[in-house]
Amino acid sequence: MGIGLTHYLIISILLFALGVFGIATRKNAILVLMGLELILNSANINFIAFARFGGMNIEGHVAVIFVIILAAAEVAVALAIILNIYQNFRHVDVDEINQLKD
Amino acid sequence: MALYDVIFYLFATIVLVSAGGVVFSRKMMYSAFSLLFTFFGVSGLYVLLSADFIAVTQIMVYVGGILVLIIFGVMLTTKITGVDIKSGTLGAFQMGIAGLASLAIAVFMIIMSMNTQWMQKDPLAETSTTVEAIGGLLFTEYLLAFGVAAILLLVAFIGAALIARRK
Repeated sequence: MGIGLTHYLIISILLFALGVFGIATRKNAILVLMGLELILNSANINFIAFARFGGMNIEGHVAVIFVIILAAAEVAVALAIILNIYQNFRHVDVDEINQLKD
Repeated sequence: MALYDVIFYLFATIVLVSAGGVVFSRKMMYSAFSLLFTFFGVSGLYVLLSADFIAVTQIMVYVGGILVLIIFGVMLTTKITGVDIKSGTLGAFQMGIAGLASLAIAVFMIIMSMNTQWMQKDPLAETSTTVEAIGGLLFTEYLLAFGVAAILLLVAFIGAALIARRK
């Protein structure tokens, strides 16, 4: 049995589950962000796999490009917010952050 | 065909093991460097799926941009480098619940994906490169989305610089 669509889907599902687990259990905001990146990558693998096995459909590739653009923008803004949180609280523990301003 | 299988399983192992490293590692720097290997493994999977442009974009944007930002974040938000870069964890009960939930998600979706008859077509004749097709599509059908994405990136980066600025 050769490598088919299902193999790539299973890789992507396992990556998604690991990302969900990371987001649910980590307390540090940057590690939560890393779990988010895993989930975005699993979605991208799905897009590319369906594009490949659906007759080399290039529109899936365009969707992945937009996902990558949004991930870059999201990480830049999220890290700026995390740096601000660190300046105010001296830690980035998402369980302890409960104030929007001093 | 056998070589393709071997390379697929190699990259799949790299992706899953290093993603496990991201999620389970005790030290934040180890998580960040595991994320590097995850991105490289995913990029290898893209090459196997004959998405050459996306593979290179993955390495350039994720590894060259996002990962560097994340490592900056790790180093700027920990007090003493190398000694106390640890992440707090939850109690065993909450860990168990989260593990069970994500395991249930994985099992359910794997069963679903194996039982679904996906619509598949034979791929067209192997194209030499996808760059031309992607560029053509971006500048015809997705031109508006492309422009909006450009403005979004500009706004996001200006906003990030404004937010992160020291008062």
